[in-house]
Amino acid sequence: MTAERVVEARHLVKRFGSFEAVKGIDVAIDRGESFGFLGPNGAGKTSTMRMMSAVSQPTEGTITIFGLDPRTDGPDIRRRLGVVAQEDSLELELSVRLNLEMFGRYFDLPRRVVRERVDELLDFAQLTERADDKVDNLSGGMKRRLTIARGLINQPEILILDEPTTGLDPQARHLLWDRLYRLKREGVTLIITTHYMDEAEQLCDRLVVMDRGTIVAEGAPRTLIERYSTREVVELRFSTDDHEEFHSRLSPFAERVEVLPDRVLLYVNEGDETLMEIHAAGITPSSALVRRSSLEDVFLHLTGRTLTD
Amino acid sequence: MAPTTRSQLSSARWLRSWWYHATFYAQTWRASVVASILFPFMFLASLGVGVGHLVGAHTGLVEGQTYLHFIAPSLLATTTMQLGESESLWPVLASVKWIRTYHAAAATPLEPEDILVGKLAWLATRAFFTAIAYTLIIACFGAIQSWWCLTLPFIGTLITVAFSAPLVAYASAAESDASFATLYRFAFVPMFLFSATFYPVSAYPGALRPVVQLFPLYHGVALVRAAAYGTGSLGPQLAHIAVLVAMAASGVLWGRRTLRRRLTD
Repeated sequence: MTAERVVEARHLVKRFGSFEAVKGIDVAIDRGESFGFLGPNGAGKTSTMRMMSAVSQPTEGTITIFGLDPRTDGPDIRRRLGVVAQEDSLELELSVRLNLEMFGRYFDLPRRVVRERVDELLDFAQLTERADDKVDNLSGGMKRRLTIARGLINQPEILILDEPTTGLDPQARHLLWDRLYRLKREGVTLIITTHYMDEAEQLCDRLVVMDRGTIVAEGAPRTLIERYSTREVVELRFSTDDHEEFHSRLSPFAERVEVLPDRVLLYVNEGDETLMEIHAAGITPSSALVRRSSLEDVFLHLTGRTLTD
Repeated sequence: MAPTTRSQLSSARWLRSWWYHATFYAQTWRASVVASILFPFMFLASLGVGVGHLVGAHTGLVEGQTYLHFIAPSLLATTTMQLGESESLWPVLASVKWIRTYHAAAATPLEPEDILVGKLAWLATRAFFTAIAYTLIIACFGAIQSWWCLTLPFIGTLITVAFSAPLVAYASAAESDASFATLYRFAFVPMFLFSATFYPVSAYPGALRPVVQLFPLYHGVALVRAAAYGTGSLGPQLAHIAVLVAMAASGVLWGRRTLRRRLTD
């Protein structure tokens, strides 16, 4: 059985005046997938997401969503989508419950159906006890969960999330991830943009790495790490103003060496062994850390920059 | 035929936006209602009765009316204008830029045009009921003298939409509210004061009269007076209506462009 294609984009371009935000990308997403766009701020993720939401039109190229063309079938596509933008855009003066109910009206859902779903979604977002509170009084994490609940009011087939956990504390992020896993298990297709590599690794079955409007790599998180990085990474810090001076001295010990302003990364297969060799050679870093390779390393390898640059 | 189904769909969609505004208002109206009932009474008591006493002693009637009866109808025109102004600048900029609720709406089946039409239709609804309330208040002061007063709610609605449509269009394209205060200072307040609101246009020197007639509010005030007293011939009234309809229509056409660009680019 072949999976159903729900989003298909070919040579997608988005220009704002002379600035080209998205430079001809190809993307295909299947039903039930969790698909990620990983890249730093300004990579073109939000522009891409807005085209996939059938809100903004591509300058060039084509995109189909559920096999429909957003230029002619925008309302029919959006009826089946849930969109969680970077900003919460909630009615702060109104209650949690009313925010959900009023949004349900946009989809022309019968009042009775909206009431039932609102109760379910309050439970899902763990906001049942705050249902009658003004949104203004909620914490950042609660507002974010409410925005996600709002995006689910029409029981969308695809939920599109732009930077869902930016600005949240670790506990709020984990709670939110847990909610997203649940949606994934229920079969909702998730499209997520993020500049957090751990979020991409946790949530995405497959992702593209975006940089400056182009896709520089595509695959499952583990596959990308295996393809573009080594198994482990040794991070070394030295008491120096310029870590660059250690580049040549450390090269013999690793497959690849990356020098960052505050540390040196050694790409190796057995980190602890490498560390012992370095110590044996009389090189003494002020601190050393051995860790597994991550998508951050993939990004660094592909672009020469870190995700948070 | 496809175009028919599309327009049927779209009429249902702007209503959803109207509903959203109506529900929001139903939650928040209490804060403003006392002030908006109290204000016209204070206004007419002070200017109409107080200043009217002086005017009566000095010049007698103004265009055949006592001063109180002369200024009372203009209050309906200025109030519906102010409704159009106040609901169309900051609230719209907040919806497209600060809180971005229009962006959230644009991610639902609604098109930017639905959001625009729903907003204006809701303001028209509010204007209609505001104008009914003001007609009753003006009647309390004895300034309603004709069955033509039944057209006052429609005239009030037209005034609100004539102002709000271009202002919604303008605010949809704005990057900040810096210009809004300037608009009030140099356009709305002078218009409120000088549109033959508090004295007849004949009080101006002849050369200035055509200038006053350039103010959109002047046409609203003239229409409202004609309807309250049942005076004036049909021709000039149709001209006043045409000016206000033209403002509303060009505002809608402009707003379609600015709001679509704001929400979909």
